[in-house]
Amino acid sequence: MRKVFGRPEAMADVPMHYCPGCTHGIIHRLIAEVIDELGVREKTVGISPVGCAVLAYDYFNCDFVEASHGRAPAVATGIKRTLPDSVVFCYQGDGDLASIGMAEIVHAATRGEKITVIFVNNAVYGMTGGQMAPTTLPGQRTTTSPRGRDVEGAGHPIRVAELLSTLSGVAYISRVSVTGPTNVIKAKRAVRRAFETQIEGKGFSLVEFLSTCPINWGMSPLEAMKWVDEKMSLYYPLGDYTQVQEVAGNA
Amino acid sequence: MGEKVLMKGNEAIAEAAILAGCRYFFGYPITPQNEIPEYMSRRMPEVGGVFLQAESEVAGSNMVYGAACAGARVMTTSSSPGISLMQEAISYMAGAELPCVLVNIVRGGPGLGGIQGSQADYFQATKGGGHGDYKLIVLAPASVQELMDLTITAFDLADVYRNPVMILGDAILGQMMEPVIPGKREDLDLPPKTWATTGAKNRPKNVITSLILDPAKLEQHNLNLKEKYEKIARNEVRYRTYMAEDSETLIVAYGTCARIAQAAIDMARERGLRVGLFRPITLWPFPYDALRQTAEDSLRVLTVEMSLGQMVEDVRLAILGTKPVHFYGRTGGMTPTPREILNEIERIVEEGI
Repeated sequence: MRKVFGRPEAMADVPMHYCPGCTHGIIHRLIAEVIDELGVREKTVGISPVGCAVLAYDYFNCDFVEASHGRAPAVATGIKRTLPDSVVFCYQGDGDLASIGMAEIVHAATRGEKITVIFVNNAVYGMTGGQMAPTTLPGQRTTTSPRGRDVEGAGHPIRVAELLSTLSGVAYISRVSVTGPTNVIKAKRAVRRAFETQIEGKGFSLVEFLSTCPINWGMSPLEAMKWVDEKMSLYYPLGDYTQVQEVAGNA
Repeated sequence: MGEKVLMKGNEAIAEAAILAGCRYFFGYPITPQNEIPEYMSRRMPEVGGVFLQAESEVAGSNMVYGAACAGARVMTTSSSPGISLMQEAISYMAGAELPCVLVNIVRGGPGLGGIQGSQADYFQATKGGGHGDYKLIVLAPASVQELMDLTITAFDLADVYRNPVMILGDAILGQMMEPVIPGKREDLDLPPKTWATTGAKNRPKNVITSLILDPAKLEQHNLNLKEKYEKIARNEVRYRTYMAEDSETLIVAYGTCARIAQAAIDMARERGLRVGLFRPITLWPFPYDALRQTAEDSLRVLTVEMSLGQMVEDVRLAILGTKPVHFYGRTGGMTPTPREILNEIERIVEEGI
């Protein structure tokens, strides 16, 4: 019998700890499929964050390093500069990347580090139990914004894709979601383009995923998907923020 | 033996790293060690290496973490406030057993402090600094030649034990110039870095992490680290003595203070006072047994430091109350003069304490 569907080789055969309705699992799979399709598993090094995806190293079947909170782009820089022919990707959440790790992501991007960052934005600190994130929407309730995020005191959510797209070292940035088959196909295309951008040596690439957290949002998985489409996607519009471009040698 | 060259301490560290095969340097500017990144920015491209000025010490030390994961001989250098910012990465590297070399050209603290030489980071270097049960190997050079030689040694120790190694200097050592014979990397049979994350080609994947959620497993990991630290303590203790054999008063000092103490000892000897020096070179592992044995026939011990008294706690642990342990120190970037140390020697000798 011909096998028509199976687990990507870049994915380990182990159960995941992610909550029901969380889209980390889909995002992991898309990355693993792209790694397989590009044939780079044996030269790929992933870097997992501190946050829900801290154990990503158990779920991918490639070399992996666990970084301290927010420092994945710096760790990736150290690896990529040492092994220029490797394929290096960071997997980071919104607290990791857009709060504690803001300096590292901005500078890795502006240096044009030839790495790929998968940024998973679910508008909340998941692993620690649902506190306010730098990407929590205005008015959104969390355990540390129980009356809803008041931008007067708590400030405004950060749009990472837009922010980083202003930097000259960036070769490719896209924002995607995985709320349905169409979006999943688009997301995979973006991941592939990001990895290709790195492999072609063009510069820094990042894909921002709008992701769900039904447990901490207090929603069913379906409601959470709907909330991504109807609420998050308004504040964080999907699409490419830069066209793939040659960065090296730019003035 | 190579030809002698005149070198600044900081430059000797940088060139020693190159001689030791270090090809990756990540750092952030801070006085009084800027000659090291400046030297590296010029020298690394000449030898096909990488110099990268990081956005902070936090990032720089995590770039070191990454390069160490990839199997590189890698170094960063800084001074006290910058080293404080690196404690996160240092703890992670100790936990994940990654080899690297860190240099602290110590300046006066606490806080932003000053930029003159100090030894007030002894506790931070030898007693943890970062969180968790771990040890750094800490080497304390006392001359530009030793900055050169011990930097080369540091890379070997890091690779042999898979542990971060710190060179603890100070602003005086970093800034002074002395003739140096360039060192040479020893031909050691180092273990291959089969654990490095270089891509899972023809082998199962490698994972580097310091996360061990099962407390029983984390305890076992920490016990394994302890076993390694005990091995280092058995094999790697280094120290020197100067006129210590017949000394009634034994001075214990390291780095710059040991140089000054040596001058004070010469002055004391001219006055007929039997004074000697014990100089720890490894601050961790601290030479407890060697110090106890050296001090056996002395009447008293005097610890001299450029701090309010930090190493003196280890000296007391070595002496175990068998004789008085005195302390003399200057702090905040002030340096004791040989005359001041001599005065202190004369005072405790006269008082018979």
